[in-house]
Amino acid sequence: MIEVISDSRCVDCGICVDVCPTNVFDLSADGPPVIARQSDCQTCFMCEAYCPTDALFVAPLAGPAPTGSPLADEAALEAQNRFGEYRRWLGWGHGRTPGSRRDQNHVFTARALSPPKRAGR
Amino acid sequence: MTGGPRRRSPSVAIPAESDVLVLGGGPAGTWAALGAASRGARVTLVDKGYCGTSGSTAAAGNNLWYLPPGGPAREKAVAAREISGGYLTDRRWMFRLLDQTWDAVGQLADWGYPFPTSDDGTQRRASLQGPEYMRLMRRRVRRAGVAVIDQSPALELLVDPDGVVTGAAGLRRQHAGERWEVRAGAVILATGGCAFRSGALGLNVDTGDGALMAAELGADLSGMEFSCQYGIAPAFGAQTKGLMYQFATFTAADGTELACGLRPGGVLEVQRAALYSQVYAQLDLAEPGIRSAMRWSQPNFFLPFDKIGVDPFARRFPIRFVLEGTVRGTGGLRLVDDGCATAVPGLFAAGDAASREPVTGAVSGGGSHNGSWAIASGSWAGAAAARFASTRAGQWRTAPLAHGGGPGLRPRAARGDLRADDVVEAVQDRVLPLRHNRFRTAADLRESLTVLDALWPVVAGGLTAADGDPRSVLRTREATAMLAHARWMYRSALARPETRGMHLRDDSPQTTPAFARRIRVGGLDEVWTALDVAPPALLRTEETEETAVP
Repeated sequence: MIEVISDSRCVDCGICVDVCPTNVFDLSADGPPVIARQSDCQTCFMCEAYCPTDALFVAPLAGPAPTGSPLADEAALEAQNRFGEYRRWLGWGHGRTPGSRRDQNHVFTARALSPPKRAGR
Repeated sequence: MTGGPRRRSPSVAIPAESDVLVLGGGPAGTWAALGAASRGARVTLVDKGYCGTSGSTAAAGNNLWYLPPGGPAREKAVAAREISGGYLTDRRWMFRLLDQTWDAVGQLADWGYPFPTSDDGTQRRASLQGPEYMRLMRRRVRRAGVAVIDQSPALELLVDPDGVVTGAAGLRRQHAGERWEVRAGAVILATGGCAFRSGALGLNVDTGDGALMAAELGADLSGMEFSCQYGIAPAFGAQTKGLMYQFATFTAADGTELACGLRPGGVLEVQRAALYSQVYAQLDLAEPGIRSAMRWSQPNFFLPFDKIGVDPFARRFPIRFVLEGTVRGTGGLRLVDDGCATAVPGLFAAGDAASREPVTGAVSGGGSHNGSWAIASGSWAGAAAARFASTRAGQWRTAPLAHGGGPGLRPRAARGDLRADDVVEAVQDRVLPLRHNRFRTAADLRESLTVLDALWPVVAGGLTAADGDPRSVLRTREATAMLAHARWMYRSALARPETRGMHLRDDSPQTTPAFARRIRVGGLDEVWTALDVAPPALLRTEETEETAVP
C-alpha cells in the first residue's frame, strides 16, 4: 500500500490524484496531496509510475506497513534509493529507454508451454 | 515543495449526448472507443478510475494470443485450445480473434509501441507491458477525438420506452459525488470482470458493475462456473503474476517438495496443500544467466521482492492463492452476435465483462487469450455500436429515458443497518477461500448459496446510508454487483455436476460428455440457469457449415 509522499520531492502537481485507479489521494489546499483512503490502495504501483518527481513510495504489502517499519520511513527509503524504482525499470522519465524494449516474455511463454525436462539437482 | 497554483489536467466536461458511450477504459474500452470513432461516431469513454491505469492490464501487462496468418500455426493452436478448453470454444470466433489481433497489434507498432527487436531485426510483438500499452491507448483515444472522462463510475443504464439502452448515469467521485448522465445511441460495457476485491494485482476496480447493470435489464451471462482462477502471490502482498513460477519449486512447511513449475496438476497439488498449511515457493530452477531477462520482462513481478528485500531465487518465501474471479476466469455477459451485442438491444459488451468461452473455453484465458480478446471484442463492439447508433431512428435523442438501476441504488424498503463493507465481507467469506471456490462440492455450494441468497433481499431492500457521503452509493452498488456475481457463479457451478476445465467438483471428478455445453445464468431476485441447447461450434461441426456457404 501507498506509505510515503515525500514532502521534499513532491511538486504538488496532483498527477497521482488524477491517475490513481482507486481514488486513494486527495488534493490539499496547500502542499502535497494527502493519502486520504489508504485502505483503498490496491498496491498496483501505478502512482509511482506516473509521479514525475519520484516522490511516492508504495510498500509491497497487502496491508498497511506496521508502525516503525522502514517501508514507511522516508529517510530509510531515500538511503536505499527506493524512490523512483519502478520508473527506472519502465524506462519512464527524461532520457531513458523504454524497458519494454528489453522484454523477453516470448522466452518464458514458450518455455511454459513446453517445459524442459527437469535437470538433476 | 513549490508554492503557487498546482498544475492539474483540465477537467473535461461530460457531453450530454454521444453516439456511442463506452463504460470502462481498459484495453477493451479503449479499442471499442477507437473502433466506434473510426466509423465516424461521436464517442464518450467513462472510467471508474483513470483510463491508462485502471484494471488488470495496466497494472499487470499481458502476453497475447498472437500468431501469424498462413501456415499451420493457427490451425494447430485452435485445435489444441479446443481440447484444453474443454470443448466449449467456438472455432470461428477463435480464427476471427487471431485475425483481428494480428491487425490491431500491427497498428500498435505503427503508433510507436516500443516493442523489443530480435536479432534478425524483426519486432517481437506478442507481449505488452501494461503501463506502456495503456498510456499509448489513452493517447490514441484522445487523439481520435473521444471525450475521456476519468474518476466517474457508472451506476446504471438508461433505457428508452422501447427498452433500448440509450445511455448511462453515474457519479463523479472527485467532484463531491456530483451525478452525470449521458444519452447515447448505443452503450458498450467494458467494465471488466469481477474479482471480489481480492487484492489481486490491479483487480480491485473489477467489481462486476457492468454485468449488474445489464442483468437489471434482462441480459444473461454464460460460463460463470469458470470463475475460480487463483493467482499465486507472495504471502506478504497480492502481486499475482504467475509466469515466473515456472521456475519455482513449491514446498510444504517442513520442506517436502510439493511440485515444481506450472504443470496444472502440480499447481493443484500445491493448492490442496495450502488448504491445510502454509506453502512456499522459491525460483531455484532459474539459471543465473536467465535472471536478468526475467527481470526486464516482468519488472512488476520482481519489484515487490526488491522493495521488501527478499531474493526469490535464493530463498523460499511463503505464498498464497488470490482469487482472480471472472477476470482471469471465463464467464461474463453472453454475446448474441459477431458485433458483441448482449441480449439487451443497444447494449454491447467487450473484454472481461463478456463471456470468453468462445475463445478460451473452460480454462483461464490467462493474460494471453484474454489480452487478445480485449483487443478484438473491443474493436468489434465499437464498430457494431457505431453502426447501431447510426441506423437507429432519431427519437433516441429526445425520448424520455427510464433509469435501469435498482438494488444498491434505489432502496425498495426502509434502509437497514447493514453496511456495504459487511456485504462485501460476507461475500468474500464464501468466494475467496480455496476450500469453497477451488474445491467445490454440491453441499458446500448449497451452503454458500443459502448465505448469499439470504443477503440479496436485505441488499435490495436497502443498505445503510448513515455516512451521508453521496459517493457511498458506489460502494453499495459494488457490493451489490459482487453479491450478484457470487450467486451466478455458484448457481452455475451447481448446474454443472462434473469437472471441466478450471471448474473442479470434488464430488463429481469425472468429465461428462453430456455437459459439453455452455451454461447460461441470469436473474437477480431469482437466479436461473439453463444448459445451452446447441453444442459449441467445434472444428468438425464448423467445417460442415463452411462448405455449405458459398
